[in-house]
Amino acid sequence: MERNLTLIALFAALIAALGLVPKFTLMSGVPISAQSLGIMLCGTVLGAKRGGLAVLLFLGLVALGLPLLAGGRGGIGVFSGVTMGYLIGFPVAAFVTGALAQMWRDRGGFVFPAVAALIGGVVVLNVLGIVGMAIKLDKTLAEAALLATPFIPGDILKCVLAGLITQGLLKARPGLAQA
Amino acid sequence: MISLTSDIRTPYHAWPAGPKLLGLSGFTLAIFYMDGVALSAAVVAAVCAAYLPGGLRFTRQGARLMRPVFWFVAVIMIWHLAVGRTTEGAVVVLRLIAAIAAANLVTLTTRLEDMLDVIQRGLARLGVSQRTRRKLALSVALVIRFTPVLTQKGGLLVQAWRARTVKRPGWRLVLPFALLAVDDAEHTAEALKARGGLH
Repeated sequence: MERNLTLIALFAALIAALGLVPKFTLMSGVPISAQSLGIMLCGTVLGAKRGGLAVLLFLGLVALGLPLLAGGRGGIGVFSGVTMGYLIGFPVAAFVTGALAQMWRDRGGFVFPAVAALIGGVVVLNVLGIVGMAIKLDKTLAEAALLATPFIPGDILKCVLAGLITQGLLKARPGLAQA
Repeated sequence: MISLTSDIRTPYHAWPAGPKLLGLSGFTLAIFYMDGVALSAAVVAAVCAAYLPGGLRFTRQGARLMRPVFWFVAVIMIWHLAVGRTTEGAVVVLRLIAAIAAANLVTLTTRLEDMLDVIQRGLARLGVSQRTRRKLALSVALVIRFTPVLTQKGGLLVQAWRARTVKRPGWRLVLPFALLAVDDAEHTAEALKARGGLH
């Protein structure tokens, strides 16, 4: 029990710490923010329940006023912003990613966690984010989706990274996947 | 770990956190139904004026917190101008500014401890057991403690990378960084267990 609690807390801290890493740009010019990679890793490494809880804990602290979001943002104000749908979608994305990653855990490799991150961290997250933007901006879903498209290629690359990092982590610490 | 609470004392600091948060929820809900540029502009002006009792330095602090919002607001406005729906764009933008500025005012004037107290009391009222509430309090403390620790360890990793190559540190550092977090979690769990564990 202690281990689960500290893993949840430490992964929440990991998401926060990754938010402080400056964005790195791939050769293609696509910027990668490490914080959303942290959300994917919560799911692929910790699984559905622990991963979702780690992200919820992280968001709870952001709401309480800690400047943990990328760029030092925080406070309840961020939940009133345009990206509200994405923030609400973070724990859902981690949960879905985790559920799929757990289901495919025995198959090993980096492809399955990457696909789990793609479905949870890109498809589910963007659906919720786009719905949030449509509500906040009084726009149609198609119009809101246009605003999200520039980030999709970067998101897909992040899934591959999440897959590779998860594979490495589970190889180095095989007991990690057990709750 | 520094919270966003302002160290400049304002009259709002003395207000209890619970009613402040309730008021904010009501306000955010109400402005969602707000229509018309004049009304929206008046609400934004009122929220801005609400910063003034804290003094000029406090108001400036509030404005700094709004900085990341402005580029987004600019994109939304340019888009609306391009499609010729200026009035609609202005209302959306003003509504956003009012909601975020009001929420930031609560964040700036409410201490982390008071926010946590409100949550603890709320959870108790919802019938959440004391054991669960204690676990939540411990996890919050762990995140607050470990975020700067992990950031510092990440910094050391970057230095170690730079000492070995002229290439810029990139995603390759995320794996050892995550490993550090996992190992810290294991050590902390052992330490908690050694001190009697969670009951």
